[in-house]
Amino acid sequence: MSRSTTPSHDAESTVTLSIDGTDVSVPEGTTLLDACGGKGCGIPTLCYGDTITPKNACRVCMVEVEGSRVLVPSCSRQAEQGMVVRTRSQRVDHARKMVLEFLGSSVDLSLTDHITEWNAEYGADPGRYGADAQTVAQPVKIDNDLYVRDYAKCILCYQCVDACGEQWQNSFVIDIAGRGFAAHVSTENDVPLPDSACVYCGNCIQVCPTGALMFKTEHDMREAGSWQPDHQTTTDTICAFCGVGCNLTLHVQDNTIVKVSSPPDSPITHGNLCIKGRFGFQHAQNRPDET
Amino acid sequence: MVGLATVFGAGGGTSSYQEAEAADVIVMWGSNARNAHPIFFHHVLTAVNQGAKLYVVDPRRSETAQFADRWLGLHVGTDIALSNTIAREIIHAGLTNMSFVERATTGYDEYAASVEPWTLERGEQVTGVPADAIRELAHAYARAEAAQLCWTLGITEHHNGVDNVLSLCNLAILTGQVGRYGAGLTPLRGQNNVQGGGDMGALPNKLPGFQDIVDDQARAKFDAEWGVTVPSEDGWHLTQMFEAMERGDLRSVFVIGENPAQSEADVHRAVELLRDLDHLVVLDIYLTKTAELADVVLPGSASWCESDGTVTNSERRVQRVRKALDPPGDARDDIDILLDLARHLGHDWHYDDHEEIWDELRRLSPMHAGMSWARLETLGGIQWPCPSDDQLEPPYLHGRLWADDPDQLGRRAPFTVVVDDPPVEALSDHYPLRLTTGRRLDSYNTGVQSGGYRSPNRLGETLDLSPEDAHRLGVADGEQVRISSARGQVVAPARIDPGLRPGLVFMTFHFPDEVDVNQLTIDATDPKAGTAEFKAAAVRVERLTHVSTPT
Amino acid sequence: MDLKTRGEPPSADELAAVDAVLGAAPDRDLHDVTGGHSLRNRRHLLLPALHAVNDRVGWISQRAIDYIAERLDASPAEIYGVASFYALFSLTERPAHQVHVCVDLACRANGGPAEGDLPAGAHASPCLGACERAPAAFVIDAGATPSQAVAGHVTAVQVRQWSDGDGPDPEAAPAAAVPQAGDRSLVLLARVGRGDPLDLDGYIADGGFRALAKARELGPVGVIAAVDASGLTGRGGAAFPTGRKWEAVRSQPATPHYLVCNADESEPGTFKDRVLIENDPYALIEAMTIAALATDCAYGYIYLRGEYPRAFATLLHALTTSRDRGLLGGETGFDIAVVKGAGAYICGEETAIFNSIEGYRGEPRNKPPFPFEVGLFGQPTVVNNVETLINIPSIVLDGRPANRRLFCLSGAVKVPGVYETELGLTLGELIELAGGLRDGSELQAVLLGGAAGGFAGPADLDLVLDQDSTRAAGLTLGSGVVMVHDQSVDLIDQLTRIAAFFRDESCGQCVPCRVGTVRQEEAIERLAAGASTGDLDLLRDIGQAMKDASICGLGQTAHNAIETAIVRLGVFS
Repeated sequence: MSRSTTPSHDAESTVTLSIDGTDVSVPEGTTLLDACGGKGCGIPTLCYGDTITPKNACRVCMVEVEGSRVLVPSCSRQAEQGMVVRTRSQRVDHARKMVLEFLGSSVDLSLTDHITEWNAEYGADPGRYGADAQTVAQPVKIDNDLYVRDYAKCILCYQCVDACGEQWQNSFVIDIAGRGFAAHVSTENDVPLPDSACVYCGNCIQVCPTGALMFKTEHDMREAGSWQPDHQTTTDTICAFCGVGCNLTLHVQDNTIVKVSSPPDSPITHGNLCIKGRFGFQHAQNRPDET
Repeated sequence: MVGLATVFGAGGGTSSYQEAEAADVIVMWGSNARNAHPIFFHHVLTAVNQGAKLYVVDPRRSETAQFADRWLGLHVGTDIALSNTIAREIIHAGLTNMSFVERATTGYDEYAASVEPWTLERGEQVTGVPADAIRELAHAYARAEAAQLCWTLGITEHHNGVDNVLSLCNLAILTGQVGRYGAGLTPLRGQNNVQGGGDMGALPNKLPGFQDIVDDQARAKFDAEWGVTVPSEDGWHLTQMFEAMERGDLRSVFVIGENPAQSEADVHRAVELLRDLDHLVVLDIYLTKTAELADVVLPGSASWCESDGTVTNSERRVQRVRKALDPPGDARDDIDILLDLARHLGHDWHYDDHEEIWDELRRLSPMHAGMSWARLETLGGIQWPCPSDDQLEPPYLHGRLWADDPDQLGRRAPFTVVVDDPPVEALSDHYPLRLTTGRRLDSYNTGVQSGGYRSPNRLGETLDLSPEDAHRLGVADGEQVRISSARGQVVAPARIDPGLRPGLVFMTFHFPDEVDVNQLTIDATDPKAGTAEFKAAAVRVERLTHVSTPT
Repeated sequence: MDLKTRGEPPSADELAAVDAVLGAAPDRDLHDVTGGHSLRNRRHLLLPALHAVNDRVGWISQRAIDYIAERLDASPAEIYGVASFYALFSLTERPAHQVHVCVDLACRANGGPAEGDLPAGAHASPCLGACERAPAAFVIDAGATPSQAVAGHVTAVQVRQWSDGDGPDPEAAPAAAVPQAGDRSLVLLARVGRGDPLDLDGYIADGGFRALAKARELGPVGVIAAVDASGLTGRGGAAFPTGRKWEAVRSQPATPHYLVCNADESEPGTFKDRVLIENDPYALIEAMTIAALATDCAYGYIYLRGEYPRAFATLLHALTTSRDRGLLGGETGFDIAVVKGAGAYICGEETAIFNSIEGYRGEPRNKPPFPFEVGLFGQPTVVNNVETLINIPSIVLDGRPANRRLFCLSGAVKVPGVYETELGLTLGELIELAGGLRDGSELQAVLLGGAAGGFAGPADLDLVLDQDSTRAAGLTLGSGVVMVHDQSVDLIDQLTRIAAFFRDESCGQCVPCRVGTVRQEEAIERLAAGASTGDLDLLRDIGQAMKDASICGLGQTAHNAIETAIVRLGVFS
């Protein structure tokens, strides 16, 4: 999506750096990940989202920068003039493999994209920590009719916290509580969502990369075995609930809306919606079949 | 739209959402955007999180007001008193943008004279807002690098709604807070295509593209394209239609996607008039209360997911809606119904597809001329005006007002003398409480669309009142109370809200099947826009068990 | 914001505690409410407000959280997230009387209990920074006038008695932790034992604030030149040149600048900052004033760990008297506040400290940007450790080289305590300075630099204790910990504790540290139980990933000590 006229910026200066032996020039302020081609360029990412400032918490996108004592997160480290970057090296591959193993051995990644592929590529074997390895396994939290929270799938990417908080929704209904391995996404004193200030915008669901946060419709269909992504279409349209004109992506299976998202690149929503846009679709399909 | 068109010649908000992010002062006036326009409010909060100051003017300390740096809780219907006081303070503090006023406005002297009696003291006395708060807002707005002034129905749903809008336009041109990136006036529309409906000529005095129906030249273009003679006189707006029904001048009505049997103020009367019609046809996706009164019901499609077309949002952005679902049963695309209807009436309106209809509009409406579907697709939406196929206009309107060249500057923006005029229905011993209405986050209008999903936060209809009034009336939270106005009465549970002050009560109209709040509201309407004074009725609240006497 | 609380008002005690920090809440106004930024700008008062409630009531209830939320326009979930980050706060009801018993390295090496040995009602605590009198305990009584006391040489009987409600006797004088007290060659510890640490007149009579006067003459550039010339490097562990750090902040155009004194001394085995503050608080104030002058800071914070009640009281007294005397605040253009930590080792990390002061979870920030550009409240910030700062007055006054260091001697030496030496001493000489090994002790290992440091062995007694030599030997001086273990110490138990320590103290933000510390502990436990040898390879893999990929120094060093024990001392082989 493009914007028309915006206020003029100073001419951007560019920096040139070496990535895997090739010189690359990018505008100042570009992250290493973007300099390498962005998400999907071959550097794995987990906590990196389209609409959230990277927290660089997962550390799977690490690259080696000459002169740096430690590896650096490509998702947030900015390119500098003369930087020498290696996106694959023994150290890089080891760190990625270990992050994949650490997460794979403690979190249910069954709905996380690319995991099988990356495990193979980096030789990660989450099983080698044994059956007694601590995990975050826990029952699914189902406390309302709109969405469920399955924190057994949570990698603590912070995206839901940031989407609920200052970056978008400013509701601050959830935050990280506790510390270390016990750190977890929580409402105050872990009260159920209906007792919290949650407004059910679902902007947390939109950014969740692991399926820990999920429409109740999707959860129920998965439980029933009727969730069929291959039989779903997506259509972009405009929400009907006020005059703001939010962009909706309708996910449709068997002529039924099963999920609603919003395009991350929309200048209106930046991927966000309110409860009506996210969950109010039912009225279109609750109509009697004949009149 | 009437107010903005009067001042600036275009009936649309002057700014884009992204510009809110560039503002350093944002005033939300009579707008509970946190609930009613949540995603627009995201843009506001982005600015706030970067340090912008947020002022909220609202009788209620609403969800939006909770975010404010300062909330100005004026009495219902004293908006003009407040804006005139702000104007006088700006003038007296020497904060008027004189170079802008001289270059780009007319009528300043009369305006300045008209606000002269509005001292801070008088403003405080009339509005209830402390002088210090009024002064702070006046100075902040005038001194801002770029200020946004946003409003919603709290401004327009009054018997003098147009004057309210004009009074805000006055403030913008007094300070030059319009026509620049980040500075502007943003009315937020209640429906996804209120703006688009107007753009398409669904106004009694306009043809598509806001071309005047009384303009012979404009009409001639349409006559030629359509091969008919377009009527040369303005039609009726909704309120005038009901008046015409009352007179017996309007006997047949075709209602498309509206539910006046529940949404009109003084709804009792509206239902009677609809029932008395000779012929009522309703096209809707539901069998609404209005449809129940109809002679013929045409099952239509949900335009946002069962049909193709465009809508225009509050920042004048035209965007595509697309068909994702087949409508159920015998329901049909609204366009097909209309085309069929035309055929039965002897007109063969032939279009191969939706895009062809759009292209007809582009031929007739210069401000849409550059918006091909292909371009809308690529750009993800285009703001009007867009006369050119290959260029885009700035995201804000009226940059011309800053031009040095008088030709480029064009028609100057007039100040309008506006007079404080309290709500039509005064409070009385019998109806001592001010009822104002509004919306909640998870519901929408009369609930037809929002009733379909189960929101964990849905309260149902309540009578919200201050802790003080609850105490005085002996009403407990959740207790059923009777609310009466001169027009009718309803029963609803009480809900104690410390965001309300004594004397002010609040209801929505989201649950008319359970609690028909519009039996209470008054149908006093603005003569220029036809909008009813939903925001100010006089009511009495009583416990169901004991009837308390008003004090 | 969309605050949704439970609508239950706070108790009288909770209200009084919060209002003492935030002031009384304004009455509800029906037409005019000021909120937004003016409330949220007080977020840095969150940690003090939580302390106030915890100190007064003993725990932090939901309704107290809700009340603080309303006052600061912060959400209950955020406040819960912050409160649950700190070990000293309880979010469930508990008695006002609490006993925290150190189960950490020095104490358990000195016969203190392990986690499982504690009686009901006593909490296991990480290192309390009282290692010279290990084993140690920390006893708290919440109330309107809360009391907090640290006790040393604690016996199992005492722990049981205190857990039942009693409290320890008052502590020995602060100078007792400095065996060299009175030695005229001392520079950093020169004033220890020479007078009453709380006496401002005595400090001035003893030459106090002369360095500040000199600094005013020299001006910022002159002061920084003197610091540069001294060769002073940071004593917190990273050893960055102090003059360069100051110059970087001084030259930042953005204002204001902030000064943070890092006194969150939590590295197991470290207690020198406490000893410095308790014995010479005005010197720290003078040093910070000079630092502020050099770096153009208008405000300074001392972030003191929460388990140092006497140091806290000492600082408050010193700050108040300095202000009363016109040496601080007001027209001086510089003031200092003390912020108390609440039980989180990670808050000693230089960016986690910012988040903690600002009222957020004490999670480290990503670097770059570095603190000198974007630090506390997003402003250019200089962060210095207490020992670094204590070096300043004598450097400015005398132009001396920064060739002196403090060491925290604990364990199997005859006279444990804080020692000041000139750089260049060997490990053996330092142990001799502390009276040598206890009678009957044979040296088994020395933990240098704390849990984030490494183990030296009997073969390393000739190691010269300076930056370069230790680095060359694959070790570190770190925070100056020299914990001497004799043959009675179970090194595997020490490693188990180190692993548990890092698992406990990881903030949980990044995967390598959050999960790595757990996997490391699991592997150590398996090895301790004599199981698979494949776990040594696994440990190496885990350690490498933590070192390379963690966000901050905690994760990056969480494997160091274990690695050195395996490699240098052959533990598990």
